[in-house]
Amino acid sequence: MTTPLIPPPRKDPQKRTVSPTRPPQMRSRAALGLSAAAAHGRFALQRCAECGAVQYPPRDACSSCLSLELPWQDVSPLGEILAETTVRTSTKLYFRERAPWRTGSVQLDAGPVLLCHLHGDCEPRSRVKLLNRLDRAGQGVLLAVPLERTPTMEDDPQLRALTSDPKHRRVLITDARNPNAPALATSLLAAGAAMVFVGEAESWRPYPEKPLLQAIDGVELLPMDVTDTASVQKLAGELGGKTDILINNARFIRPGGVLSRGDTGFARDEMEVNYLGLMRLAQAFGPAMCSRVSDGINSAVAWVNILSVHALSNAPDYGCFSASNAAAHSLSQCLRAEFRSSGLRVMNVYCGPTEDDWYQPLPPPKVLPESLSRSVVQGLQQGLEEVYCGDVAKDVYTRFEQSPNILERETTQGVEGA
Amino acid sequence: MSQATLSELALQIASGEVRIVDLTHTLDPDFPVIILPPEFGQCARFRMEEISAYDHRGPAWKWHNISMSEHTGTHFDAPSHWISGRDVPNNSVDEIPPQAFVGPVAVIDCSAQAALDEDFELTPEVIEAWEHQHGRIAADSWVLMRTDWSKKSGADYLNMKSDGAHSPGPTPDAIRLLVDQRNIRGFGTETVGTDAGQGAHYTPPYPAHFYLHGAGRYGLQCLANLDQLPATGAILMAPPLKIKDGTGSPLRVLAMVPAAQHEGAQQ
Repeated sequence: MTTPLIPPPRKDPQKRTVSPTRPPQMRSRAALGLSAAAAHGRFALQRCAECGAVQYPPRDACSSCLSLELPWQDVSPLGEILAETTVRTSTKLYFRERAPWRTGSVQLDAGPVLLCHLHGDCEPRSRVKLLNRLDRAGQGVLLAVPLERTPTMEDDPQLRALTSDPKHRRVLITDARNPNAPALATSLLAAGAAMVFVGEAESWRPYPEKPLLQAIDGVELLPMDVTDTASVQKLAGELGGKTDILINNARFIRPGGVLSRGDTGFARDEMEVNYLGLMRLAQAFGPAMCSRVSDGINSAVAWVNILSVHALSNAPDYGCFSASNAAAHSLSQCLRAEFRSSGLRVMNVYCGPTEDDWYQPLPPPKVLPESLSRSVVQGLQQGLEEVYCGDVAKDVYTRFEQSPNILERETTQGVEGA
Repeated sequence: MSQATLSELALQIASGEVRIVDLTHTLDPDFPVIILPPEFGQCARFRMEEISAYDHRGPAWKWHNISMSEHTGTHFDAPSHWISGRDVPNNSVDEIPPQAFVGPVAVIDCSAQAALDEDFELTPEVIEAWEHQHGRIAADSWVLMRTDWSKKSGADYLNMKSDGAHSPGPTPDAIRLLVDQRNIRGFGTETVGTDAGQGAHYTPPYPAHFYLHGAGRYGLQCLANLDQLPATGAILMAPPLKIKDGTGSPLRVLAMVPAAQHEGAQQ
């Protein structure tokens, strides 16, 4: 049984903060398919389009028929442990610091034998389920876990190293004024977060979420406005060293495209909040968070952006808002690259229309704050990088994956003319 | 006026016989601005971004880029700010004759009433009672409504509730009296606008804006330190930035006050 994690003691101020180290980084182009699937939490392997063989490890050609047609497909993650061993030392600093480390071989029902990490609760020769998860190098690795859930299995050190679990961690939600802030705070605390800090802009004007947030035990409201560089720097100065998970829910949204608005006023606000706000937060909080990725049980672990799914492909009714989210999405890719060497993970959560004032004229389905917060918590618990929340976001992403050009034509073709 | 008068004034400022009182709030990113329904365009908050600070971006100098609305912080309203003043001649800040920026000022102290009533109204009766004590308001004066509202901060300043902001201001009749019968140059307040927090519910809505600017007069708002001014006898200096076609401008508002009166006002 997994030894439950206990809340970490306060940090010893005489101890040097451990610098982040990483597991092996480099992958072949073929092997990156596994990482891409892991970013979405999918268990996918190469399946030969000609002979149907499922293969692992990934290669440039089919190991059965030498075909080059090797699409990645979701396959059954079930299998049986063949053998296991425990690594007690390693030339790789990351594993040396974390030894002993349990590994083994698994006969997958879908065909291949895999070498993988083994969860501490896996019995020898037992049936297991394989998880494809991102490691701290941002690469997909396989971990075998028991078929049935075991008590506190998420506390297993090898599993926790692959996730962004909020348990015992301190979370900063950047915008108290977003209607989703109370649900986010509640869900994170329910998932075991030690503390939830919430940035509050313009405390000189009231907002309905304030009393709700104040009523939640474990929530602290602190002044910050993502459009005000000095206020972001000030809060980062105070909290940067104890922000383990940052959730950027700050959003400025108004309906309208380019011609329907006729000026750049709201577009500027959208860029100030949705794009430059993210940049200000990253410049202020990023360095301290990157330095604390190996800082024990409550290490810095994840940066969460809540984006519109129309960051991927424009929704003209909210065209300028979509454009600001496309900018933020592009910036999140840059942040991923810049955070990579520390192991800090960027998780993007994409939503369709949300159940709030600015999408009021749109018909359902719309994303409720509770659904969004569930997606955020589950994404963190699974260590994902890409999360699609709600039916609209999932549908748009599916169509985007199939053909960005057809999706664009579907969303921009308008109505039938005379 | 003789050369000697100006020289004497300069010496009196230097000696402290004439005090310079700063009536301006600091431009601060967190200073409240007027809030409109969110589908309307909004007043930009004051923002400041470093260009360099003696570093790789500029080794020997520090400077900032700043941004804000014409109507952020302590600011001046030109006639073109309101629809009633859009066809008034010389209605933008760059066109207003400069002598309008320096002039006499009457201060109507409503601080006691405003402390008891957040929606206190400046009425013709209040103005006439003040004149009974201090004399008729001189033509082409600035008239400032002192409420000590500038001493409030945070949520208390805007005092926004579900039915809108609550702060003192003038009634339509009071503004008409000041504009039509006293022929004032402009009207200033300590609150976020020249109108009351609930000023949208008068007829016409926002009467101070409507009547002042329709008659080519000016507004000043978010003033501070009005408690340091005498009821009459001070000189107000309020030159807005010279912005092409500007409808207003943040500015530094100063008053020259005889030291004796300044001490009296402080007591």
